[in-house]
Amino acid sequence: MISWSGLVAQLTEILLAVLLAPVLQGWVNQCRAWMQNKSGPGILQPYRTLRKLFAKEAVLAHNASPLFRATPYVLFACMVLAAAIVPILGTDLPFSPAADAIALVGIFALARVFISLAAMDIGTAFGSLGARREMMVGFLAEPALLMSLFTASLISHSTSLATIVQHLTQAHFVIYPSLAFAGVAFTMVSLAENARIPVDNPSTHLELTMIHEAMVLEYSGRHLALIELSAALKLFVYSCIGIALFFPFGIAEGGDALGLVLALPALVAKLAVGGFAMALIEMLSAKMRIFRAPEYLGTAFLLAVLAMLIHFLLET
Amino acid sequence: MPLPASAMHLILGVVLLWLALGLAGVLFPHNLNLVSRLLFPAGAIGALVLAAAALDALSGEAQSLVLPLGLPGLPFHLRLDALSAFFLLLLGAVTAGISLFAAGYFRRGEGTPPGLQCLYYHVFIASMTLVLLADDAYAFMVFWETMALSSYFLVTSDHTKAEIRRAGFLYLLIAHVGAISILLCFGLLHGTGDYTFENMREVQLAPFWATIAFAMALFGFGAKAGMLPLHVWLPEAHPAAPSPVSALMSAVMLKTAIYGLLRVLFDLLHIQVWWWGVVILVLGLATALYGVVFSAVQSDMKRLLAYSSIENIGFILVGVGLTVIFQSYGMRSLAALALTATLYHCINHAYFKSLLFLATGSVLHATHERALGKLGGLIHRMPWVAWLALVGTLAIAGLPPLNGFVSEWLLLQAFLFTPNLPHPYLNMLIPVAAAAVALAAALAGYVMVKFYGVVFLGQPREERLAEAHDAGLRERAGLIWLAAGCVALGVAPVAVIGVIDNVTGALLGKTLGASATGWMFLTPISPARASYAPLLFLLVILAVWLATWLAVRSFYHGRVRRAPPWDCGFPAQNARMQDSAEGFGQPIRQVFEPFFRMQRELPTPFDATPRYRVTVEDHLWYWLYLPLAKVTEAVTRVVTLLQRGRISVYLMYSFVTLLILLLFVR
Repeated sequence: MISWSGLVAQLTEILLAVLLAPVLQGWVNQCRAWMQNKSGPGILQPYRTLRKLFAKEAVLAHNASPLFRATPYVLFACMVLAAAIVPILGTDLPFSPAADAIALVGIFALARVFISLAAMDIGTAFGSLGARREMMVGFLAEPALLMSLFTASLISHSTSLATIVQHLTQAHFVIYPSLAFAGVAFTMVSLAENARIPVDNPSTHLELTMIHEAMVLEYSGRHLALIELSAALKLFVYSCIGIALFFPFGIAEGGDALGLVLALPALVAKLAVGGFAMALIEMLSAKMRIFRAPEYLGTAFLLAVLAMLIHFLLET
Repeated sequence: MPLPASAMHLILGVVLLWLALGLAGVLFPHNLNLVSRLLFPAGAIGALVLAAAALDALSGEAQSLVLPLGLPGLPFHLRLDALSAFFLLLLGAVTAGISLFAAGYFRRGEGTPPGLQCLYYHVFIASMTLVLLADDAYAFMVFWETMALSSYFLVTSDHTKAEIRRAGFLYLLIAHVGAISILLCFGLLHGTGDYTFENMREVQLAPFWATIAFAMALFGFGAKAGMLPLHVWLPEAHPAAPSPVSALMSAVMLKTAIYGLLRVLFDLLHIQVWWWGVVILVLGLATALYGVVFSAVQSDMKRLLAYSSIENIGFILVGVGLTVIFQSYGMRSLAALALTATLYHCINHAYFKSLLFLATGSVLHATHERALGKLGGLIHRMPWVAWLALVGTLAIAGLPPLNGFVSEWLLLQAFLFTPNLPHPYLNMLIPVAAAAVALAAALAGYVMVKFYGVVFLGQPREERLAEAHDAGLRERAGLIWLAAGCVALGVAPVAVIGVIDNVTGALLGKTLGASATGWMFLTPISPARASYAPLLFLLVILAVWLATWLAVRSFYHGRVRRAPPWDCGFPAQNARMQDSAEGFGQPIRQVFEPFFRMQRELPTPFDATPRYRVTVEDHLWYWLYLPLAKVTEAVTRVVTLLQRGRISVYLMYSFVTLLILLLFVR
């Protein structure tokens, strides 16, 4: 069932995802710097950071357990698997039967549980604070994400991401009102899940506001590098899910070689616009108080449920 | 491999073995060596034999047997069909692990002597086995009551404590209220014939009476399962019982209630009405959300797990409800999908919940502490228990590739593939219900991070935790058996569903083809609609892990330096500054405030000895149970007027009653 060409395409996609992810992060940071009238470090800065971190020695707390050391690898493996099943360039993915949209949410949940456990492992006040907040964001973000994915699966009668994308690309000029709601919900969730403003601020180390940074405070060296890379990959995968569900045009169907080649520039263009939009959202909004976050995520959740209801009301 | 005797006889043999083991325990009640080295391990082997016999019986014909026991003219009818065999398989497989653990668990000087525990324990599992086999209402009720009584004695094994006696009483009370309801349900079902299930299958009840019978069954079995609002006994009884008993009650006894519900709904009742399904679905959703929200704010590790059992029962009931809805509309393959999810979740919950309850047992023995706020850092002291409990934690949080995820996945698929129910309001209900299930499942992740993080990770919150010791060999073996089950059920769903297909085929007349594309890919309905390959999932994660590890080491280095944790410039940090259980649950308390009846005591800034106290209670206790208790008390006060405590008065009552009866008879 698994063809060699499919496998090559699959591995290329994974490699591309891992290589492009830091660039996307660099691009968002660069856009933000430009909007703040700064010159910015350049879009390759995440690579320099990674190289520096990988070369440094890892400092571990005295009571760090093996769970703490294993977590960065688990996290990275989860994100690679997520990248493997999301149609980034084409829909012919040999790995895609391994996990569907529900399992994709499961992968993110697995990663979240592991990093939260690792954060509690050292037993500092910051670590458990971060873990608690992360799980608080997670328990609302996860069902919201699931519901927006469900809306797309209801439209295409499948939970397999490849099939969903195939179905949506074929329905060129159909406008689904339910997908619009799901899209808004998805955008809100992806901001929260990727530790961006307005829920978290990736560039702060102020204790009152940290979520993600509080959890990884004890990490250093190669472990931190892997976590940073996973975070970048997560942003990349989320962007690709958004593109695949809401702007799927240009993604190659099946194993069409020419389509794959053309899909790359389309992807880069879409990511560039998406990254710019994300930087713009971050620039225009303020970070909210931590206990406003449930309201924000609750809104996203309700929007996603509404999207499903609208699908049942209008589109069946 | 053919079995040496018929499955039915083997199972009855195991029941006899268990009763004999129990009696042997009573003969030497204080001989711990005998109990722990011989009786419990032998019981575990018996459980394995029972599981094998049940597995064999699953695919075979139904076997019946009439035991010439009981009252004259009312022998016990036994029947082993696919549904019974499935639940017996669950019972045998999980009990094997629990008995093995129990072999190392029971001690002298902890309440009831070990020999007596051994008796109650084996009577308990034997009666559960017979409940699953019973084929007439009389036998069913006798075994059902034996089960309730033996577990009552197990719950109150530490009976010198008042709160444990209270928990036991509450348990017994609700068990009996439920049993009365079940009895009435059977009374309706038998029509005019006798009380065998065979007769009940033939009876055609009018829809009204069928609905009453359904309501009775739901109430009675719901009380045993811990369905809202009859759940109050569960968070009291589970923590009171010794850990292997909590595990057994949560893993197996709650499932016998689910078995009873399924038996009545799909076997004894000849019709299913769609709105029954909606009732079960809504109650299930309420139970799941209620359970998980309450479990997030608990600060006692066994209470936390007990509330999480309520949540899981909620999920199972949601599955049952969906099955009824689909079946009533004749959507057989979807009904098969929902029932498969239900049964899968039953066996999953049995595995991971018993694993976690047993792990808390080991923690309890090592630390003598149940309060989460006094534990911490046990992964360093008790690595075996901690790592095996991690498997259970990930499984119960519903994370791939372990088993909890598979049943959640199937349940969500059942929701998603609800194409066009002929009822417009139902179509609206389904997405909202799916959203609630997703929310409860995500909250379960929160709860389990709290549980595991506070108990096993971080720094020990008390000095004496440094002396905690790891579990013994037999305890470890039991935990390993259950953890291995969690992994196996997670990565081989196609094989498990192949087993479950026997039950769905027998109950609904339709099986769920688990896979169209080989044993590795779980593809219910069709591969284009959904597929999941947990083994591939696991392999990819392990491969990437290994590749990354090797790559980082060969391109860079593997150097590590140990240092004190970063103190943020404040050197006086201590273990008390970690999140307590209350602290970790605080966001849930805030977000779901209307769920709780909360009382806070906050210190002022000027308190020399500040005290912070918060109690979280159940509204239902105050809204439902206490008023009920008041009414009952008022009624009893009237009844006490009759009770004078003098024998002559009582004799007169008897005499008057006799006279009146004689008048009627004439």
